[in-house]
Amino acid sequence: MPKLSAAIRHSVAFTLNGVPRTVEVEPRTLLTDALRHGLGMTGTHVGCEHGVCGACTVAIDGAMARACLTLAVAAEGCDLRTVESLAPAPGRLGVLQAAFKRHHALQCGFCTAGILMSLDTYLRRHPNPSREDLTLVIGGHLCRCTGYAPIVAAALDAAAELRGTSEHPEDAAHA
Amino acid sequence: MKPAAFDYIRAAHLDEALAALQASGGDARILAGGQSLMPMLNMRLTRPAVLVDIMRLGALAEPRIEKGALVVPAGVRQAALLDRATLVDEAPLLALALPWVGHAQTRARGTPCGSVAHADPSAETPLCLLALEGEVRLRSKKRARAVKAADFFTGMMVTAKAEDEMVEAIALPLRRPGTGYGFAEVARRHGDYAIVACAAVVDGRGIRLAVGGVADRPTARDLPLLDGSALDDALNALAWDLGAGEDVHATARYRRDLVRHLGRQVIEEAMRCRN
Repeated sequence: MPKLSAAIRHSVAFTLNGVPRTVEVEPRTLLTDALRHGLGMTGTHVGCEHGVCGACTVAIDGAMARACLTLAVAAEGCDLRTVESLAPAPGRLGVLQAAFKRHHALQCGFCTAGILMSLDTYLRRHPNPSREDLTLVIGGHLCRCTGYAPIVAAALDAAAELRGTSEHPEDAAHA
Repeated sequence: MKPAAFDYIRAAHLDEALAALQASGGDARILAGGQSLMPMLNMRLTRPAVLVDIMRLGALAEPRIEKGALVVPAGVRQAALLDRATLVDEAPLLALALPWVGHAQTRARGTPCGSVAHADPSAETPLCLLALEGEVRLRSKKRARAVKAADFFTGMMVTAKAEDEMVEAIALPLRRPGTGYGFAEVARRHGDYAIVACAAVVDGRGIRLAVGGVADRPTARDLPLLDGSALDDALNALAWDLGAGEDVHATARYRRDLVRHLGRQVIEEAMRCRN
């Protein structure tokens, strides 16, 4: 039975965006801080730190999760994906990101990383979502800029494009 | 907004988790999905010396049917239960209520047993467990016991669970023929804790109405099969009996109004879907 002492740092290993990584953390370290401070992956944002705002949402083993409500040590052996995984190459946007840009689905961008990860995770399992489905998914995020309507529009457009029925075909391999 | 320091134990077997609980002398907490406990840790409302992570215990991961009940062990996540195709036949009240629990992002991690152990008076899962007259199965290194939901919730986030015990499972009586179920809640935003939540179970003999968010714990009342003004009177009496308080979310009067209106709504819904 592994017992990790509060007094020292421990090495945690997981897969991050397809790459094996390790990070040194205390047991109390949140996954948000392990990603941002331990690994320099600052795409995942930190908002409320009690699970309400959704800015820190990442994918853990293919399911959406609040990184601020996850201990880094609990991610041992897990498959993690963050917003850095969405762009197919430096300087290019993934399908979902490009749809957000087209629909003006962000202004300040603080909430955007989390919303992208929720939608990316959802669309992988539900390629043909209704507007109501997407509204419920986005309901787990706070956005104070957009009023949400352009986010829903972008998500519907991206879903159509990923199904091959959109007017804006781009790299369909990446949501 | 960072937790205070604690030792972390990733239990590989149930016995290890129970031994760790006992060895800590009451200063350990079980970590399952973390959707209630982690905010408490982040805000330092709780500062345990030890966290015992039980999410790697395969033995607690699968719901099962046992002696007329749906048994949901401590490792089952809310999303997994919602995805269970037979849930609507086994425990229709839970199928109605679970979509109100947090958001998809928190249901993907959170567990029904964790919600019961946390015992927020506004939470949906404790309310359903009470409405259905289910039980909480507790286990320590020394013994295992089952506590009826009505005896388990003893106050605001306080339960009958001893410090060396963990919630091993909850057991929800299976849907009974000729019984209807209703659930409704009012919150400022979907996914927030309810200001008031109501669950009703109606069969040929009577009405069982459970109310959350008003008293310091979920509270159930058994009523005869009433309708019209007799039902209004019973709901009004219940609304006053619950001793609604006033806080930043709602006035006491608003809460009493919600008990009257949501109470009638869920009872009528349950009457309609009796089969």
